[in-house]
Amino acid sequence: MSDLPNREAFFSNIDHSIPTAKDWMDTLPVDIRKGIACYAGNPKSLEYVGLPNPRTWSCFDEDWQLPENWQQILHEGFKERLEKFRSFKVFMDICVRCGACADKCHFFIGTGDPKNMPVLRAELLRSVYRNDFTRVGKLLGKIGGARPMSLEVLREWWYYLFQCTECRRCSVFCPYGIDTAEITIMGRELLNLIGLNIDWIATPVANCYRTGNHLGIQPHAFKDMLEFFVEDIEDITGVNCMPQFQKKGADILFITPSGDVFADPGTYTCMGYLMLFQFLKEKYGLDITWSTYASEGGNFGFFTSHEMMKRLNAKMYAEAKRLGVKWILGGECGHMWRVINQYMDTMNGPADFLEVPVNPITGTRFENARSTKMVHITEFTADLIQHNKLDLDPSRNDHLKVTFHDSCNPSRGMGLFEEPRYVIRNVCNHFYDMPRNTIRESTFCCGSGAGLNAGEDMELRMAGGLPRANAVKTVHEQHGVNTLACICAIDRAALPPLMEYWVPGVEVTGVHEMVANALNLPGQNERETDLRGEELPQLEE
Amino acid sequence: MNNKYMISFIAVFVLFFLAYLGTEALGLDVLFGVLIPYAALAVFIVGFVYKVMGWARSAVPFRIPTTCGQQENQLGFRQNTLDCPSTAGAVVLRMFLEIVTFRSLFRNTRMNFREGHKVSYNLEIFLWLFALIFHYAFLTVIVRHLRFFLEPVPKALQLLETVDSFMQIGLPVLYLSGAALLVAAVFLLLRRIFIGNVRYISLASDFFPLFLIGGIAFTGILMRYVTKVDIVSIKQLTMGLVTLHPTVPEGIGGLFYGHLFFVSILLAYFPFSKLMHLGGIFLSPTRNLPTDTRATRHVNPWNYPVETHTYEEYEDEFREKMVEAGLPVEIMPEEQPAEEAEADSPSEEKE
Amino acid sequence: MNDRGKIIAGLAIFIAIVTLPFWFNMGKAAPVPDPKLTAKAKAAKECVESTAYMRAEHMQLLDVWRDTVVRDAKRVYVTEKGKEYMMSLSNTCLDCHSNKTEFCDRCHDYASARPYCWDCHIDNPKGEN
Repeated sequence: MSDLPNREAFFSNIDHSIPTAKDWMDTLPVDIRKGIACYAGNPKSLEYVGLPNPRTWSCFDEDWQLPENWQQILHEGFKERLEKFRSFKVFMDICVRCGACADKCHFFIGTGDPKNMPVLRAELLRSVYRNDFTRVGKLLGKIGGARPMSLEVLREWWYYLFQCTECRRCSVFCPYGIDTAEITIMGRELLNLIGLNIDWIATPVANCYRTGNHLGIQPHAFKDMLEFFVEDIEDITGVNCMPQFQKKGADILFITPSGDVFADPGTYTCMGYLMLFQFLKEKYGLDITWSTYASEGGNFGFFTSHEMMKRLNAKMYAEAKRLGVKWILGGECGHMWRVINQYMDTMNGPADFLEVPVNPITGTRFENARSTKMVHITEFTADLIQHNKLDLDPSRNDHLKVTFHDSCNPSRGMGLFEEPRYVIRNVCNHFYDMPRNTIRESTFCCGSGAGLNAGEDMELRMAGGLPRANAVKTVHEQHGVNTLACICAIDRAALPPLMEYWVPGVEVTGVHEMVANALNLPGQNERETDLRGEELPQLEE
Repeated sequence: MNNKYMISFIAVFVLFFLAYLGTEALGLDVLFGVLIPYAALAVFIVGFVYKVMGWARSAVPFRIPTTCGQQENQLGFRQNTLDCPSTAGAVVLRMFLEIVTFRSLFRNTRMNFREGHKVSYNLEIFLWLFALIFHYAFLTVIVRHLRFFLEPVPKALQLLETVDSFMQIGLPVLYLSGAALLVAAVFLLLRRIFIGNVRYISLASDFFPLFLIGGIAFTGILMRYVTKVDIVSIKQLTMGLVTLHPTVPEGIGGLFYGHLFFVSILLAYFPFSKLMHLGGIFLSPTRNLPTDTRATRHVNPWNYPVETHTYEEYEDEFREKMVEAGLPVEIMPEEQPAEEAEADSPSEEKE
Repeated sequence: MNDRGKIIAGLAIFIAIVTLPFWFNMGKAAPVPDPKLTAKAKAAKECVESTAYMRAEHMQLLDVWRDTVVRDAKRVYVTEKGKEYMMSLSNTCLDCHSNKTEFCDRCHDYASARPYCWDCHIDNPKGEN
């Protein structure tokens, strides 16, 4: 953060004027800048999961130590993916370059770099596609928008494919639904074939493969961490919320991103889950278990390759089957829910060993999840609130003026808009949505998704998060909003520095942290502080 | 120097003179009036089918619609069936409206940096508006041209002509669609030339079809309103084409052959260009799939088994630690009796 | 998911639409219109201007005639060759071409031209055939 200019200077320096002198293809070599680019993947991590061509290299070096036949590998990989993914092939062919997507990308808005216009990010691949796979392109060359793969083009791919968070905002506005996330996913898969990955993705992947979670938390430590939260909760409420682990025959398996076990403010959300489950256990006998093996909801394999995604995701069903639970409940996470909602059942299903999810307390049958058999925690909690099953005192959140950040993936890969809002409105009294063009399906990314939440690319993250932060600033100034709620673990890690930089005075919270603060636990002491240990304001009066 | 539109412009110009001089000076009426149009139509149909079947051959491994509204739910929140359609019928409706009204493009906004470091996003309707005008005008023009290919001319077509000329401007009466097509093509062209980021992303293959279609509209308007051509002879030629008895009447003139050549080029160029968005929109997986992925399993035809880290492997690696922490295990190490450890095991420092 | 069938059906419909004119006209002769001249017209050899000019520009000429008569109250048209005619659709044109259905309509119908002359003018003022 210390390397960044102050926010006024940062903002004023963003220049959206487009270079007129040169064609975009003539702007190579690209300058791979520190502050924007991420460090290369640790070869040990690549080796651990058997990713190809592991080696020590750096994107800031001249020599990337590529395998000798890297062009051939890319060409063949490209060809294979065109056959395997109609999305890829159609999106390579039908873009008319109308420019509707151009100013929809948070990275373009925040950096002004014209190659961050989604259409150009796709053209990086399309230009090579035309050269390699279309006769007209091959024939016309540059004037036909085609160019051969070269080291310079590769560097450009690398640089800009890791300036996309696969948020899909552009695909909302595209008249053909061209989804840059799809393009970036394919591009990154291709880069992975020649060993080009970033460490902030590769190492969590290796960790997750080995220990069950991105952070590499081993089973005993995972348990310790939750027990640590249990102690904290007991200090605050006087109630012991000890969870169950790997309990065979439990009704429900709960899986949430490990980020919430590890770092503030996600930890408070995790405490929220523990308290909610304790309440339900006490009141209604809910039988829910955690697992240290399936201790990761997120899936950085998704940012590596479809295969890696499948390999990491397999744990969820495998563990549910081993434990013999009825269905799975998923915590607050962004891309985790894209994977669960649109990929999991296809990849690792059918989950015929599970039952159609039924909320044992309300009897609600989640028909919308009848095949995948996994329910989002805000669906679950909203259902409980609707049936008046929770004892809530929203006034404990009265000091919060809340707005809600729709995470990209639950928004544009799932359509989860009303459930979290319903929960928020029932656990706090002051809720203000951000301007319409910045929420729901038009929501802006936190700027750090798809594995870009590293430390070394802080400038990129602050640029990419600018549109989100700017919308928060609007409600911060209009309504005095001081709390940004979200349902994504990466958001909880990425938004606090973003807010600190652009909108100081706004804290970040998970929805279930607020639920827990409002929730009256049976047998609790008079609550004097919230989960963060801060005194409740109504008591100060 | 942006030479992309100059190249396209010159190409279209050259094409016109090829046909004009070819017929006027060299008398290649049969080539430009019969052979090339037939060949172009054949290339169009075969190329179109080939391209679409190429897409069809590629698998749809995952169901990845872009959800632009509230999902289906059992909680009484109103589902946005149009933007998050979970049934086949709703998907058809979404696709239908996408194709006939360009709904996604209608969402378009323009981003602006304003005073006081505010970013604003305002409705930007002109791209949508002119794109819509362009496509509908073009469609109307094409349908109207059926009068040259059908005998007798159906009543419905006559009705369309009446509607299209209802303002009764000039003589022969002005067809609004022709003028609208030219105006919209010019708008889309100027947009590409004068808006910085659109110019930056434009390729020669974005300018070429615009010039070509502009050229088609321009030569058509010229023939109808300015130079006048013998329309009966032209219909004789066009009817000859569609009844498979090609005839080439005398004295049609190079302007018409230029017009016809433009159309032939457009047809032949179509399958190899971005114009294939006509077929592609139907196959776009972010729009044409239902959003019921959690309710109905989507099957990936090439789904293959992958290597995973099984629970057994996991337990093998961490068994000792798990037992020590009181976590249940499948296999107890050595012959230690299975025993539920209590929760108050010594906790490590966080992180 | 196998959608090959749907795609092929869609393509078939598309091709059917594109090639519609070929089907529509199948098995039909499409005779070239043959406007019939009356005896009087034949005898006159030439219309008010040359045949080629009349073929391409008759609607323009009539338009000019209408405006000249109605706005300027001038009724006499002088041709290139110096002959004088009364500017009148009913009295001059239809005098020779008294057979609208066999003369005017043949080409108009073929080319789907529907001039609004006949909104006001009756097509056979003299009641001849």
